[in-house]
Amino acid sequence: MTDVLIKVGFVALAALNGAVIFTIMDVKGASWMQRRPGPLHVGLRGFIFPLAEILKFVQKEDIIPTDVDRPVFKWAPAYVVVSAVSLFAVVPLSPTLVVVDLELGVFFALAISSLSTIGVLTAGWSSANKYSLMGGLRAAGQLIAYELPLILAVVGVVIQAETMSLVGIVEKQIEWGVPFAFSGQIVAFLIFMIAATAEMMRVPFDMPIGESELTMGFMTEYSGIRFLIFYISEYMSMFVLCAVASTLFLGGYHLPFIPTEWVNIYGPISLITKTLILGFILVAVRWSFPRFREDQLQNLAWKFLIPASLLNILITAVLKVVL
Amino acid sequence: MEIYEIVTYFVLLLLLSTALRVVTTTNVIHAAVSLVFTLALTATLFLLLSAEFVALVLILVYIGAVIVLFLFGIMITRAPLGKNAELDNDKNKKAGAILAFAIFLLFSFILISGFSGEITIDQASSTQLLGEILLTRFVFPFEIVSFVLLAALIGGITLARKDDALINEDQI
Repeated sequence: MTDVLIKVGFVALAALNGAVIFTIMDVKGASWMQRRPGPLHVGLRGFIFPLAEILKFVQKEDIIPTDVDRPVFKWAPAYVVVSAVSLFAVVPLSPTLVVVDLELGVFFALAISSLSTIGVLTAGWSSANKYSLMGGLRAAGQLIAYELPLILAVVGVVIQAETMSLVGIVEKQIEWGVPFAFSGQIVAFLIFMIAATAEMMRVPFDMPIGESELTMGFMTEYSGIRFLIFYISEYMSMFVLCAVASTLFLGGYHLPFIPTEWVNIYGPISLITKTLILGFILVAVRWSFPRFREDQLQNLAWKFLIPASLLNILITAVLKVVL
Repeated sequence: MEIYEIVTYFVLLLLLSTALRVVTTTNVIHAAVSLVFTLALTATLFLLLSAEFVALVLILVYIGAVIVLFLFGIMITRAPLGKNAELDNDKNKKAGAILAFAIFLLFSFILISGFSGEITIDQASSTQLLGEILLTRFVFPFEIVSFVLLAALIGGITLARKDDALINEDQI
């Protein structure tokens, strides 16, 4: 009896250890054989890598499958890119270095950023592919759910700043002396960043793309230049939303201890540095967290972020009246 | 003719063509996409009239939420690619035309009698002023609207959520 147990135990342990050794061999072997020097070493320390990427996509064939709804399919990437580009129009690099300082700047930003949902949905539907359709559906559910906390988080800032102009909000932060993220709107800042990550559909909110289960979600049937537009738009909206977040919560172009006459020189540098720091946090989050499941994702938005942002508005409004 | 008028009439023409496409197309998603353009052009018209706030509300609420819900609804129920003959509702064409003409007459009457036939823009609308008016002079209608929305919300939930006992196999 005992020798049977010992044999079974030996086999089990040997198999397990063998599996571990083979895993190590696989990973080590892959990284040795398939050393991926592209973004790290090749060409100016990897900085011309994006150029190669763009050239690769541009020279690829732009395949349009037979069964797709051609006009809808072809124009879907346009909504996404238009939304991301026009968002940048209201972000101020300094009080004067801004495309247009709208009185309703914040409102404009939120309205325009909601446009990209149409592109994602029509792309998912018109592809005539079930993976795309599922991706589009998940994207719609996610974007509807996270647009609310995004908007509600900004309402807190608007109440505190008493203006919707982005330049006005930065000026108010200069007046306060502390950026809004550290003077009352820290909750709003966190909610904004989480909701913005979900709006960009980046990990951990990449259920709509989920390449291991949905191939590429709503982008599955896209190739060549149109895929490139979707791909670039994701990074574009990441950049622009980070810029908006640093303007709303981190003081935008303002830097303390420097005479404000030089704001046209240090303003852009300051804003872009803040944007890059926020962007780096998003990159770190992307490569450290697993993907949310669909129900966890919806629960987070509806049961936690929206009540939290409503509470934030309530507290901000009460403090605004009391103080 | 001023450039402002040329742009306005051009936008109006585009608006009419996209609006026509919404009701004539037999493809339900094409109708939704045309509606996006119709609403975007309407927002442009409001911008030309210096009504920034209304234009942005149109984009945020109607394009960003209502159309998205339309598309979402179409996609989770039936998502037929290509033409859908059921969309051509010939029976109600006459009634629809009469109703549309009546609404057109009503709106023209209100606009012409209200603004005495000409539109003058003295200054861009101030959002601050709008907020003050909404919470002082029009506070009652404003609250009534929110009440109606709440009622619609509760109605929607009660319609969508049935008790387990009420659901039988046929309905599923």
